Amino acid sequence: MAILVDENTKVLIQGITGSFGGRHAQLSLDYGTQLVAGVTPGKGGQTFGGSVPIFDTVEEAVAETGATVSAIFVPPPFAADAILESVDAGVDLAVAITEGIPVMDMMRVRAAMLGSKTRLIGPNCPGVVTPGLGKDSHGGCRIGIAPGYIHKRGKVGVVSRSGTLTYEAVYQLTNLGLGQSTCVGIGGDPINGTSHLDIMKMFNEDPETEAIIMIGEIGGTAEEEAAAWAKDNCDKPIAGFIAGATAPPGRRMGHAGAIVSGGMGTAEAKMEAMRDAGIEVAQNPSDMGAALVRAMG
Amino acid sequence: MNIHEYQAKELFEKFGVPTPKGQVADTPEAAREAAQGLGSEIVVKAQVHAGGRGKGTFKNGFQGGVHLVKNADEAATIAEKMIGQTLVTHQTGEEGKLVSKVMIADAVDIEKEYYLAILMDRESRSPVIVASTEGGVNIEEVAEKTPELIHNEKIHPLLGLQPYEIRNVASKLGFSGDTAKQFAKLLKGLFKLFMECDCSMVEINPLVTTPDGQVLALDAKFDFDDNALYRHPDIQELHDPTEEDPREVEAAKYDLNYIGLDGNIACLVNGAGLAMATMDIIKHCGGEPANFLDVGGGATQEQVRNAFKIILGDPNVKGILVNIFGGIMDCDVIAKGIVAACGEVNLNIPLVVRLEGNNVAAGKETLANSDVDLIAADTLADAAEKAVAAIAA
Repeated sequence: MAILVDENTKVLIQGITGSFGGRHAQLSLDYGTQLVAGVTPGKGGQTFGGSVPIFDTVEEAVAETGATVSAIFVPPPFAADAILESVDAGVDLAVAITEGIPVMDMMRVRAAMLGSKTRLIGPNCPGVVTPGLGKDSHGGCRIGIAPGYIHKRGKVGVVSRSGTLTYEAVYQLTNLGLGQSTCVGIGGDPINGTSHLDIMKMFNEDPETEAIIMIGEIGGTAEEEAAAWAKDNCDKPIAGFIAGATAPPGRRMGHAGAIVSGGMGTAEAKMEAMRDAGIEVAQNPSDMGAALVRAMG
Repeated sequence: MNIHEYQAKELFEKFGVPTPKGQVADTPEAAREAAQGLGSEIVVKAQVHAGGRGKGTFKNGFQGGVHLVKNADEAATIAEKMIGQTLVTHQTGEEGKLVSKVMIADAVDIEKEYYLAILMDRESRSPVIVASTEGGVNIEEVAEKTPELIHNEKIHPLLGLQPYEIRNVASKLGFSGDTAKQFAKLLKGLFKLFMECDCSMVEINPLVTTPDGQVLALDAKFDFDDNALYRHPDIQELHDPTEEDPREVEAAKYDLNYIGLDGNIACLVNGAGLAMATMDIIKHCGGEPANFLDVGGGATQEQVRNAFKIILGDPNVKGILVNIFGGIMDCDVIAKGIVAACGEVNLNIPLVVRLEGNNVAAGKETLANSDVDLIAADTLADAAEKAVAAIAA
C-alpha cells in the first residue's frame, strides 16, 4: 500500500539531461524504480542511460509512457514553468526537488493549481521514497535525491521538511529494525505544495502505516496545525522532532522557510503543540528513532 | 537582503511612493549642496542598516546619528562629523558601523503617524497588506496589546491589488477626500514595487500625514527574496557587504550557508535541517554552538576546505564538530577536504568528526591514515558529547 507511490508507479523526470537530474535518474534506475521517461525541451528523441526515452514535452511523455508522477530537477528560473507543465499534462503527483525558486513564483503556481488533480510535493525537498523488499530496500520507488540504501520496507511513515535530517531519522529507524512505509520530504520553502497535515492524513488512512515520525523545523505554523489535527483524529503512535531550538530569531537558517519572525514559529511552541497532542517529542536529533519506540509502547 | 534608507527612498521615487524631499551625500560639500534647495528645517541622518541611530554615539565622541539643522552650512558641519566615522547603536554591537553616506532631507511637520506594510504571508500564500493607525511605534507590541487596531488585507496572488481593497485599507486608516486619493496612489505604487522587485516585506513606519495635507513615507524597511535576486541585478547592486558579518560574506563566495553565533563549538554540517539539529544537540549536551554552517548536499573538497578556514577565523571557537550524513554525498570527499584543510591551517583545537552514510568506510580510512589529530564519533549524540567534553578538558 504505502502512500503516494509504490513499486509499480511510473515516473518521469523533467530535467533528466542536467548533471543533477541525470545523476539521480541513474540512482533511481539502480534502485529499481519504474523510471519510464525523461523530459528536456529540444532533446526529444534521445534516450537516457540507453533505455529511457526523452521527450520534448511532459504531455508527450505522459501520452507515450503512461507516467503518472513527475520529478522536477529543473533550475530555479525555469522550475515554476516546469511544475505548471506537469500539472497541465495531468500527472497525479509532481515532486519539485529544485532549491531556490522565488517565493512569488511558488505563490503563483499554487494559485494556478487550484482545482487541478495534481498534488505538488516540494519544492526544495529530498522527494519521496517507498522502500522495496529487496536488499537495501531495492525494488522500491525512489523519487528525488534520498539515498535508497538507508531505507527498509516496513510500517513507519516519515514526514519531514528537511533532507539530511530525514535521512538521519530513517537511518535510526532502519538500525532499530523499524522499516518505513513511505518517507516524504515536503521541503524547506515558505510556500510549498503539500503540508505536514496533508501527509499525516494520508498516513492515518494507510493500513500499512502503523506509526508516524513527523520532523519539523522553526518557521511558520504547519507543525502546530498537523499536531492539532492529530490530537483528535489520529490514533496511530507518533513521534516528533523540531530542529532550530538554538537558532537566533530573524535569521534564515539555510532553508528559506526556517525563520522565527515576530515571535512566531519557535521550536518551543511547536514542541509544546506536539506534546499537547500526545506526540512523543525526541529530546535531541539522536533520539528520533528511540522516541518512536517509546511512542509505540 | 536589506538596503539603506537612501536606497529605499530612491526605490520609492521610482514607483511613485512620496517621500520628503532630499538626497544622499558622501562628502560635507555634497551635503551642503543637497541642503541648499531644502526648507528651514533639515534633517541629517547617518546611513547604516541598524536601528537606534538617533540615540547612537560615534566613536569620535559625537552624539547622535540623526540631527536637525537650519541651513546648508550647518548640514555640512554635521555631515563632516559623521562621514568616515563609526556609529555605535544598540543594534550594531560595540564594534559599530562605518558611516560613509548621510541623508539630507526636509524635516517634515507631522500631523499623525500610521503603519503600512506589505508582506508575503506563507499561510495564505498571498501578499498581505498590514495597516494600522498606530504608527511610529513597535508594531509587534501593537499587535499583541491591541490587535483590533491592526488591519490585514489579503491580496489575490493572480489578480493583484483591487480598487475596493485600497478603499478598505484607506477607510480603516480614517482617510477621506484628497488624503484618501493620495493614499490610494501611494499604496498602488507600493504594491507594484513589492511585486515587481520580489520583496518578501516592505514596511513604512511611520507613514505620516502633514498639516498641509501630504501623505509621506518617512522611514522604510525592505526585505527581498534572496532566491529572486538573480532576476534583479539593479537590486543586487544595492547590497552593502560592509553591513554584514564579514565571515558570512566570505562564506557566500563559496556557496556556503554560514551564520555566526556567540558560542565556542563550531559546526560543519551538510543540509540545513541537520545543521540546525546539530546546533540543538550541542546545546542539549551543555555546549554553545559558534555557528550555523550548511555545506550543502553536494559539497566539494574545496568547499570543505574553505568552510574550515571560515570557522577557524572566529577567535571564540574552541573546538570543531563535523557532522556529515552522506546520503548521496561521498563521505570520502568530505574526509579528503578535512585532511586538506588541516594540512593548510595549523589546527590546534579539538576536532570531532562524525561521518555516516555513503562510502563511510573509505572516509574513515582516509581520516585514520592522515596525520590529522581528531576524535572520531559514531552517532550524533556521541559527537556532541565528545565535542563538549573536549573543549572542557
